[in-house]
Amino acid sequence: MSKSCCCSSKQRMILACSGGSNVGQAANQAAVELTREGFGKMYCLAGIGGGLQGFVQSARDVEEMIVLDGCPVGCAKAILTREGVTPGRYVVATDLGIEKVKDPRLTVLDEDVRRIKEAARASAGGLAAGGAPTSCGCADKA
Amino acid sequence: MEIKVLGPGCPKCHETEKIVREALAESGVAANVTHVSDFQEMAMLGVFATPAVVIDGQVKVSGKVPAKKDVLAWLGK
Repeated sequence: MSKSCCCSSKQRMILACSGGSNVGQAANQAAVELTREGFGKMYCLAGIGGGLQGFVQSARDVEEMIVLDGCPVGCAKAILTREGVTPGRYVVATDLGIEKVKDPRLTVLDEDVRRIKEAARASAGGLAAGGAPTSCGCADKA
Repeated sequence: MEIKVLGPGCPKCHETEKIVREALAESGVAANVTHVSDFQEMAMLGVFATPAVVIDGQVKVSGKVPAKKDVLAWLGK
């Protein structure tokens, strides 16, 4: 087997709206940190939004997806819906009691990021590990 | 026809390439099959997970071994 093969237990795609507000940026930061913690792998929502074929196909094929939107406008979910992809697990930051505020500095609070990450983990049934750090699909053959 | 099998070289990648070659042999379709393990090329194609199959620039599957019947369908057979 290749040394570069990770043989993860599950491919978990994380998509965040990464919008221009405190909650959008908190969702983005949560996706970054969840990726670094090995919970899953953040992927390019912009590529899907741009209709780039490989990105759209990857979103359709992935085993598990967690979508993090900042607010009820639901841009990330709308992008996926337009491409015919159903978001598997869905978290909206404002549904967690995080307030969307007018802040030109786009300040991201650690506490907000923590709550979004916690909700993401809970939506996955509390599975703390099993992300796809290098996204190799060879788990069953390892 | 240009077919690329993307992956680092794990068992599932090899299985995918084998299925692709079997489908080609069955269908009689002529194609150039290459194995891509370069991360930069995979990223340019937007592939999230391997193994993946790309036919004439179109990502057909990502993150799983395709069934031979699917490959045959992609080949137009």
